[in-house]
Amino acid sequence: MAEAPAPRKKLEENVEKVHVWPYLVRIEFLCAIITILLLTVWSITIDAPLEEAANPTKTPNPSKAPWYFLGLQDILVYFDPWFAGVVAPVLIIVGLILIPYLDVNPKGNGYYTYVERKFAIWVYSFGFLVLWIFLIIMGVFLRGPGWNLFMPWQFWDPHKVVALVSVDLPYAFGIRSYDMANLFGAVVVLGYFVVGTAVYMFMERKAIKNVGITRMLLKINLVLIMIGIVVKIVLRLAFNIKYIWVTPWFNV
Amino acid sequence: MAAKPPEIPNIAEIMAKVKSGAIFGEIAKMITESQVWTSSFRHGYADTPRNRVLQIASNVWLHLHPVKMHRHALRIKFTWCMGGITFLLFLSTVVTGVILMFYYRPVGEYAYFDMKYLQYDVPFGMLMRNMHRWAAHAMVITVWLHMFRVFLTGSYKPPREFNWVIGVFLVTFTLLLSFTGYLLPWDQLAMWAVTVGTNMARATPFLGHEGPFQEFVFGVSPRYDARSVLIGGSIVGPPALLRFYVLHCIFIPLVAGALMIVHFWRIRKDGGISGPL
Repeated sequence: MAEAPAPRKKLEENVEKVHVWPYLVRIEFLCAIITILLLTVWSITIDAPLEEAANPTKTPNPSKAPWYFLGLQDILVYFDPWFAGVVAPVLIIVGLILIPYLDVNPKGNGYYTYVERKFAIWVYSFGFLVLWIFLIIMGVFLRGPGWNLFMPWQFWDPHKVVALVSVDLPYAFGIRSYDMANLFGAVVVLGYFVVGTAVYMFMERKAIKNVGITRMLLKINLVLIMIGIVVKIVLRLAFNIKYIWVTPWFNV
Repeated sequence: MAAKPPEIPNIAEIMAKVKSGAIFGEIAKMITESQVWTSSFRHGYADTPRNRVLQIASNVWLHLHPVKMHRHALRIKFTWCMGGITFLLFLSTVVTGVILMFYYRPVGEYAYFDMKYLQYDVPFGMLMRNMHRWAAHAMVITVWLHMFRVFLTGSYKPPREFNWVIGVFLVTFTLLLSFTGYLLPWDQLAMWAVTVGTNMARATPFLGHEGPFQEFVFGVSPRYDARSVLIGGSIVGPPALLRFYVLHCIFIPLVAGALMIVHFWRIRKDGGISGPL
């Protein structure tokens, strides 16, 4: 006769426990030694940079923020400073804080799994690896004078001239009147969020009862903003579109 | 009544102990049973289950650990060791940073020359500076990797949501610590990187003098807006240097340190390091 599987509670109690001293402390100790060793070797072999004294009258070209902010500096190509420099960082921090409150999937708590939470893994990995790390690598190695794009084998020519031929989206659609362009931009941008939200809510309508409407609205709009950044990058690089929505106060 | 003759140590016996090595055991016993030793260390060192527990529980530095843990949480594959390494790198920057503070003055006229002095005249000055800078850069990378690991293992899920929130603040403060330190060498690299970084604050909606809707807020001007609060003027000058120095050496480390205490404490209170149930 086969034995019935042990109830969950029972399994929890049976998880093998070991003493922290010595099993964990020895790993921490080894880790610390290796880290300090690497840091010391690194510090002996490579000197921290020190350029000439600060001079407010001599602007270097290119002027770059510290490397960890270069992803944000790079989206300045595609967005105005109020978004790339202020709203985007705030949204990143707020979005990260909200993650545990928006992701209510009970599976995958405390172990590696892809199949049980594909969507969450995709969103985070895309945001971290592409929108953050990849843009930083680009900003550090491929952005030269004038913030122009240079391949690694190309000379950083400070006199490189790149024709600015980008136009706003309403203009590309043949709209010449200022007010109509404003209206068109508003419809496109707001429409993107409204339609995106509506499609998501319709497709996931069964989940609304369990997950909650506020959660789902927040989740889809944060994801839409993330996708929107990519859309804007593609529009600029592939179609030379500068702004989608131009208003007297801000441009998107 | 004859007095007892004083005991004469038997030289041959002692030499035999030295030769056999038994003398070390006796000396060790003498030391560990002395009053000084027993008053300093609260338990024995012999490898008994009781001592293994006491080693953690009665040690102020180690008692943040639980005395027992799941075996799976020991695997490097699971934790990548990144949280611990980040904390270690933070401690390295504290130690090297305090040493650097002995030689550095955050004043426009002196800062850059103090850097030169540190690099060329102070014994091990260059090494201290290198360790401080590289540890700071490494810390930025390890804290991102730690966060990535925590996400991939779903360790922010109940009951650990709040600790994830603390972690997000710690990531932010790590970047701010590094950014405020970036200005202190007071060279071209420092000044212009911070100029580029703080220029963004001009565009703050409502509160930056070039931001959207600033015209609706009374008093916003290049001299009085979100950016000037940050750098104490309208350009990155000596006031910005002093401001960043104070933020870098006092304010942010204190806040980050307080958050770290909560972060580590919550790991324990939330049921230890996450793992499969």
